[in-house]
Amino acid sequence: MLKYLSRRIASSLFALLVITFIVFLLTQLSGSPVDALLPDDATQEQIDSFIREWGLDKPLWQQYLTFLGNAAQGDFGTSLKWPGQDAMGFVLDRMPATLELGGLAILMSVVIALPLGVAAAVYKGGSIDNGAQIFALVGQSMPSFWLGIILIWVFSVWLGWLPTSGMGSFSHAILPAIAIAWFQISALARLTRSAMLEVLDVEYIKLARVKGVSEWSVVWKHALRNAAVVPLTYFGILAASILTGSVVIETVFSWPGMGWVAIEAIRGRDFPVVQAVIIAYAVIYMISNLVVDLLYVVVDPRVRHG
Amino acid sequence: MTHTQETPLLEVRDLRVEISTKAGKFFPVNGHNFTLNSGETLGVVGESGSGKSMTAMSLVRLLPKHAARVTSGSIKLEGRELLSLSRSEMRKVRGRDIAMILQDPQTSLNPSFTVGNQITEALRLHAPGPRSTLRERAIEALRKVKVAAPEHRVDSYPSQLSGGMRQRVVGAIAISCAPKVIIADEPTTSLDVTVQAQYLRLLKELQEDTGMGIIFITHDFGIVANLCHRIVVMYFGRIVESGTVERIFAKPAHPYTEALIAAVPKLHGHKGRLRTIPGSPPPQSEQPPGCPFAPRCEMADTRCFTELPPTVDADGDGEHLASCWRVAGQ
Repeated sequence: MLKYLSRRIASSLFALLVITFIVFLLTQLSGSPVDALLPDDATQEQIDSFIREWGLDKPLWQQYLTFLGNAAQGDFGTSLKWPGQDAMGFVLDRMPATLELGGLAILMSVVIALPLGVAAAVYKGGSIDNGAQIFALVGQSMPSFWLGIILIWVFSVWLGWLPTSGMGSFSHAILPAIAIAWFQISALARLTRSAMLEVLDVEYIKLARVKGVSEWSVVWKHALRNAAVVPLTYFGILAASILTGSVVIETVFSWPGMGWVAIEAIRGRDFPVVQAVIIAYAVIYMISNLVVDLLYVVVDPRVRHG
Repeated sequence: MTHTQETPLLEVRDLRVEISTKAGKFFPVNGHNFTLNSGETLGVVGESGSGKSMTAMSLVRLLPKHAARVTSGSIKLEGRELLSLSRSEMRKVRGRDIAMILQDPQTSLNPSFTVGNQITEALRLHAPGPRSTLRERAIEALRKVKVAAPEHRVDSYPSQLSGGMRQRVVGAIAISCAPKVIIADEPTTSLDVTVQAQYLRLLKELQEDTGMGIIFITHDFGIVANLCHRIVVMYFGRIVESGTVERIFAKPAHPYTEALIAAVPKLHGHKGRLRTIPGSPPPQSEQPPGCPFAPRCEMADTRCFTELPPTVDADGDGEHLASCWRVAGQ
């Protein structure tokens, strides 16, 4: 088990290294910082001293190592758009807002999708199943930004129940969380349903019934415990894509999280901040997948002892 | 063998199971009559699709939801009608009074729970007690089915055990609550021949210890001869012949039974090609007017194709019944 986990952590770190390399290369592709940072009428002397000062005269691999060394310490330079702000610090300041919204959306997804998927499998072909299918179809075919706008229109403008945008009380988070969660509920519920259908057909489910186990326990203990691996695998993707994919929704609802920062930084060609956001997203992705790997160990004894 | 005039342990009368599909209705269990006494092993023999497993599942009322249902008949356990029990009453019968051993040891244990956990689950439902006692009883059950080092195995997961060992664990689950009846649905089909023999010997020993009745479902007449006291031969959802093992082996009354016995490979005796039964059973959706075996029967005459033969007493003493015009027509 320790071997399994150390291998997972090692491969995550390697992936992170590759990402830093890609981020570095993309920055190179986007043009020289000289053009971006110095005024058009800068003298050759100013340009030369700038190049020396920033280490741009060194070979690329040396520049990469410097970048990597600084990145490892969380130093991505200072923001260009928001002068005086440390790039990574600025991104991390916005992280709690993203985690709050994403956490709520994740919670909504799991709490709704799992029971829905299980019920759809147990009552296959019944009204719950059909209802869930329609719900999923709607959720998966609507773009989330469009859903967000519709939600604002209905619940904020028309009914006036919830605020249109911004961050503040809990009620501010409800609409954006629904807009993010709906798609994920659809995906997760469908996966849960198909995994459950498969497991419910297996002999050990029959044996549990033969033992006199109640139907409730057959479904929620014997079947779900084995079907859980499939939705769990998706949960890693779900958590990561909710946390990193809120870029659009944060913009629609003016939610001041990392996604909003990412959009603003890209608009302002603020490379240090863009780099910091990408690396922060990559770390979030990795952590959520590591958590899933850990959960495998809890759920599946074959991983634990294999 | 026990032949008492008292209430039999299990008594099945006119049991009929209906499956309705878009293609029509058919009856995988069509008017079954049989009894099982304590300490007795009843063999249920037939080809795949003859309705053996459906019979087993209808006894514990676990037929596939929606698709199949019992339409008439009676199943009495020690005189108590099972078909009129409520769902929760029936759950108490399952595992405690009637236990089952399923076909495939590879998939009949839940991979996510330890062996001990799966045995104590049954105990907790039917004979609750403190955790440590339950564990002791689970170990005891494993010891009874001759699992080596049961104190150690009780904490194993199914994936850590061999096929034969797993089937023993399934056996341990079945006997853990000391049931009156065990239904064994082809329990040895997927085991090696040597493991199979050990397992059958074990079942026999357990029966001698506890006096439980066993319904042994198989397609293998060779096993039946060794293990069973009485036999029920099924063909196309009907019981075509029933009686004691001795009687049926010595003088099979139904041509189908005769053909099945002839198809058992023998170690001694004449060499040559193994006898087989030509053809295959009719599709379930076709309900022939006459004897369903007639198209494959060497002795069939025109009446066999047009009229269903009645069940008659083959030897005149009530110990041997058969549904065949050859017997009935005399």
